[in-house]
Amino acid sequence: MITSHTHEATPTPIGTAAPAFRLPSTPDQWVELEEFRGKPVILAFYPADWSPVCGDQMALYNQVLPLFRQHDAQLVGISVDGAWCHDAFAAARGLHFPLLADFEPKGEVARRYGVYRAADGTAERALFVLDDEGVVRWNYVSPVGVNPGADGILTALESLTARRTV
Amino acid sequence: MSKLTRAIDASDHVRGPATARVTLVEYGDFQCPYCKQAFPIVEKVLADFGNELRFAFRNFPLTEIHPLAEQAAEAAEAAGAQGRFWEMHHLLYQHQPRFAVEELLAYGTELGLDTGRMARELAERRYLESIQRQALEGVRSGVNGTPTFFINGRRHDAAWDYDDLASAIEQAGETSGQHAGRIGR
Repeated sequence: MITSHTHEATPTPIGTAAPAFRLPSTPDQWVELEEFRGKPVILAFYPADWSPVCGDQMALYNQVLPLFRQHDAQLVGISVDGAWCHDAFAAARGLHFPLLADFEPKGEVARRYGVYRAADGTAERALFVLDDEGVVRWNYVSPVGVNPGADGILTALESLTARRTV
Repeated sequence: MSKLTRAIDASDHVRGPATARVTLVEYGDFQCPYCKQAFPIVEKVLADFGNELRFAFRNFPLTEIHPLAEQAAEAAEAAGAQGRFWEMHHLLYQHQPRFAVEELLAYGTELGLDTGRMARELAERRYLESIQRQALEGVRSGVNGTPTFFINGRRHDAAWDYDDLASAIEQAGETSGQHAGRIGR
């Protein structure tokens, strides 16, 4: 069942630079936030791999990836699961975007973004949209048991695209 | 709180009267096992709330995990074009996941459809664009998986077993419209 918040999340605020990170995407590959400079980035923190398929946030994002790509946006999922777990999960679900392992030190990147649930030992279900210069332009922390969907992300990406074309 | 971006209109498959105090919209996927689980629950709330409840089904095929979902949705739309959407909707859940084209056409035969027309429309992918438009609208409304329910336009984030769904419908009925008072099951 859904656990209630024991603290208020304090996500990295809008208008500030997104904290840098370097995390494994597979057992032998690493991803740096810096690599995505020049395009919008969607950071999707989530509690754990392997939630039920049809209501799974990562499965939904995999489905709507073409909509994110219309904005040239790069999506990454981040949880405290290890790289081998991510590997198996991504293969089982056929995910076309990287899952990063915030595994050691555990939850360090989630903490830097103000979205770590110390009591549960997992990340919040938190979304950040960064612009092409790595500045946070939108954030959202969902109740941990509620998959936030993709509508907020798309609206944020649209306003970024509108800003760039002005 | 996510809200439905398009109210029910003439393009929808609808059951129940327009005067109903509560409108339930489901975004579903015929190949989704949870949608199949939800199917008899929705049938039961429809039976229990009678004229107080209106229901629309919109397609949200999760093609990345359900490779036959889109084809099944197309069969439902093709049946809808011959006035038998709900009958096909029921058959699809009953026969999930047997959605090869021959199987879909066999369900058409079972419903007495013009299967020549149905076969042609499936081959032409006549309804694909409409299905994809429904799904895209769903994403913009905050659909977050299947099934996703909206009750009077608001996404239902609680569980959808019978008791939770029925009490959410009751609550929506109490706060909707000028008529005060409870709606009955």
